[in-house]
Amino acid sequence: MKSWLTTTDHKRIGLLYFFTAFAFFLIGGIEALVIRAQLAQPNGHLVTAETYNQLFTMHGTTMVFLALMPLSASFFNYIVPLQIGARDVAFPRLNAFSYWVFLLGGLFLNASWFVGPLFHAGVLNVAPDGGWFGYANLTERQFSPGPNIDFWLLGLQILGISSLAAGFNFIVTILNLRAPGMKMMRVPAFTWMTLVTQFLVITAFPVITVALVFLMFDRFFGTHFYVSQAGATPILWQHLFWLFGHPEVYILILPAMGIVSEVLPTFARKPLFGYTVVVYSGILIGFMGWGVWSHHMFSVGLGPIADSVFSATTMLIAVPTGVKIFNWIATLWGGDIRGTTALHFAVGFIAMFIIGGLSGVTHASPPADLQQTDTYYVVAHIHYVLFGGTIMGLFAGIYYWWPKMTGRLLSEALGKWHFWLQFVGMNLAFFPMHLIGLLGMPRRIYTYSPELGVSDLNLLSTIGAFLIALSIFVFVVNIVRTRRRGQQAGNDPWGGATLEWSISSPPPVYNFSVIPTVANRLPRWKTEHHEPMRDPPATPPAPIHVPGGSWWPMLAALGLPILALAPLTHTLWLAFVGVAVLLGGIYLWAFEPFEV
Amino acid sequence: MTHAAVAHSAAAHHTSLGLDNRKMAFWAFIGSECLLFTSLISTYLVYKGRSVVGPYPHEILNIPFTSVSTFDLLMSSLMMVLALAAVQRGDMKWGKIWLFCTALLGLVFLGGQVIEFTEFVHKGLTLQTNLFGCTFFVLTGTHGAHVTVGVLWLLTLWVRALQGKLTSANAMTVEITGLYWHFVDVVWIVIFTVVYLIQ
Repeated sequence: MKSWLTTTDHKRIGLLYFFTAFAFFLIGGIEALVIRAQLAQPNGHLVTAETYNQLFTMHGTTMVFLALMPLSASFFNYIVPLQIGARDVAFPRLNAFSYWVFLLGGLFLNASWFVGPLFHAGVLNVAPDGGWFGYANLTERQFSPGPNIDFWLLGLQILGISSLAAGFNFIVTILNLRAPGMKMMRVPAFTWMTLVTQFLVITAFPVITVALVFLMFDRFFGTHFYVSQAGATPILWQHLFWLFGHPEVYILILPAMGIVSEVLPTFARKPLFGYTVVVYSGILIGFMGWGVWSHHMFSVGLGPIADSVFSATTMLIAVPTGVKIFNWIATLWGGDIRGTTALHFAVGFIAMFIIGGLSGVTHASPPADLQQTDTYYVVAHIHYVLFGGTIMGLFAGIYYWWPKMTGRLLSEALGKWHFWLQFVGMNLAFFPMHLIGLLGMPRRIYTYSPELGVSDLNLLSTIGAFLIALSIFVFVVNIVRTRRRGQQAGNDPWGGATLEWSISSPPPVYNFSVIPTVANRLPRWKTEHHEPMRDPPATPPAPIHVPGGSWWPMLAALGLPILALAPLTHTLWLAFVGVAVLLGGIYLWAFEPFEV
Repeated sequence: MTHAAVAHSAAAHHTSLGLDNRKMAFWAFIGSECLLFTSLISTYLVYKGRSVVGPYPHEILNIPFTSVSTFDLLMSSLMMVLALAAVQRGDMKWGKIWLFCTALLGLVFLGGQVIEFTEFVHKGLTLQTNLFGCTFFVLTGTHGAHVTVGVLWLLTLWVRALQGKLTSANAMTVEITGLYWHFVDVVWIVIFTVVYLIQ
């Protein structure tokens, strides 16, 4: 127990990220099921409008910040150091700090479901209710007097610190801890996409931090950043939020693209087609992701020039994405394909992401977008991209790397059941939403009347949502069953080309008994140009120093939620306690003997 | 950087790019901070001239006073350079002196900010008064918070040096502190120009 609380081992932190994020994924999923149950038929009355607002806000916030990002982070943690032939990340304790801040931030946000009585309100009354993009000036104290929005803006600031700390850590890890001979253009595609993602994280998160700080000052200290009576414009929030929000979309999708770029070559027994182009497309997406934010704001009326520019940039960014899709298809073409569950999910990713990408291009046209804004069409799009895209990609990664992380293979039979249920379920759940939206049903309205003519489609969508839930249940059964009865994985169950497959599963605490020297991009494969590398010996020839654990990252992390409780409860002394804990943790951490 | 320091850092950790891990992380952090301050300064500029009630910037900003503060902060950067040079050549006596001077000038700057803020409040400009008040105080306050962190950091190094625990072997730590300090200084130059000089 203590060894897990103080761990600085990237593999253990990766597992902590996985199980924590998966728990939040289940919570976000339950919220989605309640939403779909409410909308299963017209004039639904399962929940009130107020509860419904909290459900869709927390569903979106949870899935983006507490499920998808940290599930990606679990692979950054577990896999990236292994892929580059490193013994750990550059800053192991900072890594632990990121995890604890994420966990505490997530608990802080979700505590809002239960702590209503502390704020003289009922349970299920004070959870955030302003939507996951929390538009000003609805979020001002005048219009949202309760602590709901406070939980949201404070929780997101805590989570931002976790992402930023991890961002610096992984940038340095990938740039500086590569094994000898692993030049940048020999770095596996997943690690490359991780690097691009981290650059997006460290540049995008400060922007939302500023937006949230303004909101915090407006709500607690009476400033007027988003108050139009004072001459301000609530549109400022939209600009700042989407300046963050669009890079965030790529923060969510690039890791999944990286995973797919590993899974497809392994199961097609072919090198990734156009590796260089895939890498450069990823970098290009990273840059272009900064130039498209106002396509979320066409309905604001920014004027024809702004609309045209953002319309053009949005259509352009589909190009590097399309390039990647053709590269993946070309990787499969003529390959010696093995239809594993991981490959099913990877191919499912490509297919679903194409649909999401195409509906995305339709939003790029302002006249079309004006019809689609705030309707279920947008909900359909975001779910094809983030569920059909990111979640499918993440499950490809889970089935692919689970044996590496646990030493046992997940059941392929249950895996196929999981895939097909999820694939059919998601299309049933999200495809009708395109039609529901085009027929005029607005998003975020807690019920609808039968005259709208969308009742059957909504019922279909709800059935799909429950099919997805069933598929996730099958997955849970699979991981529980695998724990005891799963087939032993050995070092390399798939015949992978990259370094993580050269060591035991799960890897020893020091990862590589001897740091490998890398001579090419596919070190473990025999190609016409080279022989496969020799795997490191099972026992280290010389003793390896492994850094011990540390309590201080967790202590420092604990300071942040305490600090956040100060404004929430209007208790000044809590602010001093929070800062003292944070500073104390940092000082103990800085002066602790810790040899990496 | 002296040859001794280069040799030390290279011997301590082999890195793929030959750049110290902490230093690289710090450059990334500074890049991230640039976006933070860009967002704050942009907001100041977007809201410039949109306050519906006074006091307005030209009625209240005291350029001569703030020029002195700015000069003070610039000089603190000079002290920082001298501190790093002293530590790198192993001259801990001057290392301690310059580190303390850097922190002291930082404290003087913060004192100047306290006087400035107090004066503005007396003249009727608070966080709540108008958009100028909101954007001005949050922008310069965020910068002041960064200076405060820097002063704490410098004083920590100074105390470690007094205890004999900071030596030329820790030159990289001082260099990274310097990176932060110079960055905070540069941000102030931008703020001084954008907020005070170009009204």
